[in-house]
Amino acid sequence: MHQLENLYRQIIMDHYKHPRNKGLKDDPTYQTRRIKNPSCGDDVTIQSKVVNGIVKDVRHDGSGCSICCSSASVLSQRMKDETVDDALALVDDYLTMIINKDKKLNEALDDALAYQGVRDFPARVKCATIAWKAFADTLKKG
Amino acid sequence: MKARKDEFPILTSQRLVYLDTAASSLTPKRVIEKMNEYYGEYPVNVHRGVYALSHRATEQYTNARQTIADFIGAAFEEVVFTRGASSALNLVALTYGAQHLNSGDEVIVSELEHHSHVLPWQQIAKKTGAKLIYVPLAKDGRITVEAFKSVLTDKTKIVALTHVSNVMGYVTPLEEIIPLAHEKGAIVSVDAAQSAPHMPLDVKQLDADFLAFSGHKMCGPTGIGVLYGKRALLEGLEPLEYGGDMNDNVEKDGGTWKDTPYKFETGTPPIAEALGLAEAIHYLSSIGFDTVRAHEHALFKRALAGLRTIPDITVYNPEADTGIVNFNIDGVHPHDAVSFFDEDHVALRAGHHCAQLLIKWLAVPATLRASFYVYNDERDVDTFLDVVRRARDFFKEIGF
Ligand SMILES: Cc1ncc(COP(=O)(O)O)c(C=O)c1O
Repeated sequence: MHQLENLYRQIIMDHYKHPRNKGLKDDPTYQTRRIKNPSCGDDVTIQSKVVNGIVKDVRHDGSGCSICCSSASVLSQRMKDETVDDALALVDDYLTMIINKDKKLNEALDDALAYQGVRDFPARVKCATIAWKAFADTLKKG
Repeated sequence: MKARKDEFPILTSQRLVYLDTAASSLTPKRVIEKMNEYYGEYPVNVHRGVYALSHRATEQYTNARQTIADFIGAAFEEVVFTRGASSALNLVALTYGAQHLNSGDEVIVSELEHHSHVLPWQQIAKKTGAKLIYVPLAKDGRITVEAFKSVLTDKTKIVALTHVSNVMGYVTPLEEIIPLAHEKGAIVSVDAAQSAPHMPLDVKQLDADFLAFSGHKMCGPTGIGVLYGKRALLEGLEPLEYGGDMNDNVEKDGGTWKDTPYKFETGTPPIAEALGLAEAIHYLSSIGFDTVRAHEHALFKRALAGLRTIPDITVYNPEADTGIVNFNIDGVHPHDAVSFFDEDHVALRAGHHCAQLLIKWLAVPATLRASFYVYNDERDVDTFLDVVRRARDFFKEIGF
């Protein structure tokens, strides 16, 4: 119970209730990637706009649980103005944080550090990672 | 009846309120021991060796099939072993469906079906030009005889319906539907994955043409299931898979097949699993299927009464006939809710339960499902209700 409380109390509820950068752009300069998790119904679309190797904007839309939706919002804020290389490195650090307890945390993840609690809920790892994986895919496409 | 907790090793070795039987049941000690007996005492192939050990394995394997045949009121030859209900239901579509359907024929299915009883028919319909017709569900999500009559026509060739819905816990009125289908000359495929484990079942009385179920939902192991088919129907079918064991005679340009059930079972079968399933049936029969059913439904009623006292709960199947409760905490995604249950060692299912058509019909993203079995008791239900109450309070408090 405590662990769940810690997990939700932080950034997550704020971004779930008040998502930032939500809604997709009908703009061909954005790269788009949609990922669904058919087993639970999470369905996330991420868009990124890269100009001269810098992530200028990240948009998201979709439906799912609070962990899934809020992590897309946190991602969209955190990645703005990062270089593509730094953004991909941050995605790696985020995925490592959630999957591997023993690795040192990258403090630069900032608000996204809230999701370290997901480690205690292995069944929720997918929820917390699909938006970030979709984002990495958009960068690799672009 | 008294809940049978001490017969299940997983329940004696850890704190667990297990409410996900509709996905897979727990395994009693005697089933585990029966499978160990095979691996410890006669772990050899069946039907092949002419030595004593192989004879013993073959005898056990043969007895297992007879046990299963007796359990559903079928003949030995009418029981085909498969990997599970899904592969049994596919076998019907890929053999009977593929060999009998023509363009313009109609196959009646429903939105209550598990994916494995609708996708195979969709695929076969596409290949043969047959049409899928959905029984319109009643307001509460049931298949009614009236609704079935409204879609039954002279073009109906196959009726593929679930006996018990794995999400709503409704029993389909098959005793009335099957004779109506037969009057039109249609055959009926029954998905019994959620009925065989929970209630008395007699395929002859039901007059089902094909009927499928899985071992792992009825105290048996994974990796084994059963397809029952009327002997005359099975005899008329060309097998789906070819190879060892299923043939009589092999020549350079062809072969001849064994009789049913063997012609449908190429390769080394899941031997320990067959013995395990037969043992599970002995176990459940020793309790009595009427008793099992009454026990589960009493637990359902207790759960429903409790849920009605908790605010912000929607139950989608308050009139369920079996031990399945399908519900949500309003405003809380089931995946958020289920982590709360997990922390309190209450295992239930969140998602679409392999029944996306029904979840779409309900017009929700997903649901929570609790399902009861012989090892659950009133205390489990009360623990469950307590966690629902605390989960609801928690999520509302943090702003859901
Ligand atoms: C109604 C129903 N049909 C079919 C199946 C498929 O069973 P299996 O996964 O054992 O093949 C299930 C279980 O998931 C079910 O509940």
